[in-house]
Amino acid sequence: MSALRTALVPEFEEFLAQEQDKELLRFLTCGSVDDGKSTLIGRLLYDSRNVFEDQIQAAAKASEHRASGGLDLSLLTDGLRAEREQGITIDVAYRYFATARRKFIIADTPGHEQYTRNMATGASTADLAILLIDARLGVLAQSRRHAFICSLLGIPRFVVAVNKMDMVDYDRAVFERIRAEFTAFLSVLGVGSAYFLPLSALAGDNVVSSSPRMPWFEGPSLLDHLETVQLGEGAADTGFRMAVQRVVRPDQTFRGYAGQVASGMLHPGDEVAVLPSGLRSRVRQISTFDGPLDEAYAPMGVTVVLEDHLDISRGDLLYSAGKPQSARKFLAKVVWMDARPLYPRRRYLLKHTTRTVPAEVSIRHRVRIETLEEEPAETLEMNEIGLVEINASQPLFFDPYARNHQTGSFILIDAETNATSGAGMIVDARDHAESAATPVTALERAARWGHPGAVVRIGGRIALAQALERKLFDRGCAVVVLPAQQHQAARALADAGLLVIALVARLAAEDPLPDGDAEACDEILRHLNLSQEGTIHQGEGI
Amino acid sequence: MPALSHLRALEAESIHIMREVSSEFQRPVMLYSIGKDSSVLLRLAQKAFHPGQIPFPLLHVDTSYKFREMIEFRDSYTREIGAKLIVQTNRQALADGAQPFAIGTQRCCGLLKTQALLDGLRAGGFDAAMGGARRDEERSRAKERIYSFRDGHGQWDPKNQRPELWNLFNSRVDPGESIRVFPLSNWTELDVWHYIHLESIPIVPLYFAKERPMLVRGNTLIPVEQPFVPRLPGEQPKMVRCRMRSLGCSPCTGAIRSDADTVPKIIEELIHVRRSERENRVIDFDQDASMEMKKREGYF
Repeated sequence: MSALRTALVPEFEEFLAQEQDKELLRFLTCGSVDDGKSTLIGRLLYDSRNVFEDQIQAAAKASEHRASGGLDLSLLTDGLRAEREQGITIDVAYRYFATARRKFIIADTPGHEQYTRNMATGASTADLAILLIDARLGVLAQSRRHAFICSLLGIPRFVVAVNKMDMVDYDRAVFERIRAEFTAFLSVLGVGSAYFLPLSALAGDNVVSSSPRMPWFEGPSLLDHLETVQLGEGAADTGFRMAVQRVVRPDQTFRGYAGQVASGMLHPGDEVAVLPSGLRSRVRQISTFDGPLDEAYAPMGVTVVLEDHLDISRGDLLYSAGKPQSARKFLAKVVWMDARPLYPRRRYLLKHTTRTVPAEVSIRHRVRIETLEEEPAETLEMNEIGLVEINASQPLFFDPYARNHQTGSFILIDAETNATSGAGMIVDARDHAESAATPVTALERAARWGHPGAVVRIGGRIALAQALERKLFDRGCAVVVLPAQQHQAARALADAGLLVIALVARLAAEDPLPDGDAEACDEILRHLNLSQEGTIHQGEGI
Repeated sequence: MPALSHLRALEAESIHIMREVSSEFQRPVMLYSIGKDSSVLLRLAQKAFHPGQIPFPLLHVDTSYKFREMIEFRDSYTREIGAKLIVQTNRQALADGAQPFAIGTQRCCGLLKTQALLDGLRAGGFDAAMGGARRDEERSRAKERIYSFRDGHGQWDPKNQRPELWNLFNSRVDPGESIRVFPLSNWTELDVWHYIHLESIPIVPLYFAKERPMLVRGNTLIPVEQPFVPRLPGEQPKMVRCRMRSLGCSPCTGAIRSDADTVPKIIEELIHVRRSERENRVIDFDQDASMEMKKREGYF
């Protein structure tokens, strides 16, 4: 017993020492259907001894049901029943493994075109992309699509793995042809360098160790490359940025601003400024559960206490060197992810850092992924990519995505379905002078509220007015009930884009309402011309 | 720019998630299962809201078949850190005789865990429920988002998940719908133990090796806390030096033979033993894809 203990204790110390220095590499794998992504990951996990015995047994058991025979390594990663039944990957699966040098988080992303949005999900947090190309099929439209999405989401490192080399007799000419073709495409995308390597996930060539069957290839194996590729590039190059998540005020003596540092360094005594107020103060303390800190940097979660009592709330941005841009209108690249297409008239909520605001989206152009050509477009369908102009209802404080992924990214949420519809990467603010003094248009108001203004006159039934107000309010409408004799006010509010339920003393008799309030309410809603999605397009009085 | 260690980066990610949940939902709750992952969740919550209190209640779904030591730990530890605790039990099902050997593990879990959880969430009007599940635990979990949308019946639709990019989470739900949130999604079992060691986080003593009475059936060690666990003819519990690798209901959680009676020794054991931690939990192996089925129905 004691002998056992002494033998084991140094290993624990070794473990702790090793863990302290370990870097984290997040990478994603992508490619077309049947390129062998899941098999490659299964191979990486299996050959680097990161799979549990019982998981291997479960995969072996499941392999028996298949015709192919032998242990199917892809079963180690395909998680959903439909995926195992169909033999394809539907959604991003995250895998975790470690070697003595690094810890890895793999986002295994689906190849099929209808799941491209899931690929973008995996790409948004990746430090490195592995693109698989089937040696037999060469560069496909889907390969280009994935490379484009990876470059769009700013993944700083690329590996192009030419897989299934065993199926082409490990022929160097096949590999070189694909390398030449894809290098040309990547340079069009602006991807400076990529590591190309030939491998066979199924046979294990060049995955963990170098393959004797391809002596003509002298580069490191895939795992060697993953363990040694230089990290650190791709981090934000802006100054200190932290969006306020919460105001922490447990009692009268403490007031702090909790958030996650997005970029830069912060020390006690540093001067910081706040947007939108523009006010400045100094850092009194960087507070944490483990005691005050001498410095904070990304991605730490801290609570900042300032010298002065400023009016700061969630959604505000603390910054130091290099002022972020502040604008309501800006240009962004968008990946559309919703089955409901992007329509400029639809109402969207934009979430950027910790701030969510209504926004209008207008399309500048769509990008044809196969050719990278720009073309005019009325809408963006699911999986399409375009350049859009965002017109937010309030100013946002941002940096271009190329400089800071945290302060340069946003999502668009469909206000009616709550779906996460689009992923956006900010290019730059539109000319500031252009939008500053422009009056608010009826179209902008309608885009904000999701409906044009209208006056609904319903006689003197207060209970009905309130029932109607509730129904409209719950649909997300801007609605108000006005007492009788307020015609001018009603008109002004409707011009401002609100739905006004006006009680009037006497009602024209031509369109009698049902006696029950609920029925009457439904009748009015029907007249208000609600579309299937629940938007009010127009409607003037009953 | 200094780089944050792997573990501190995970910590920061979890803190960010919890702060977002508490700021964007009307009525968030933290599901507290008393296990090691829940202990880590609680420590992260303390960190996220320091120097304030944890701003949401804890909900424990108590099947009544949990280990006695778990309940003792739950009551003393939550009191010590000043957290608000809600306990939810499906009393009707228990009165009707629900237990795994009478009605099968699937129905038993359905009634005592899934149904009780949904009842508890509905009773509290909770629109967000945080839990300690990790993606490395089980293959359907590997597919789940950090914010996992559930419909009005608490069900998960794995083929239609909301895309989740960067650290921008979509917290919009209609009345009746909810989000399950998994702040530990990217942690591995080893990360959890490493963190427990670094932070000296209290955990239930059942995780540490000790002589315990067990029914020994091949490699399987079955705890005998509940009288209804059926015995083979002449079978008697034996004292075995063992520990729990994960905690659940005592009739359905097997122990493993072990000498690991400290956190460093547990970590050493993990480095050497290559068997995944849910292996001894009977429920995952009911049928192929059983966890996925449970989650579709509303299980955590």
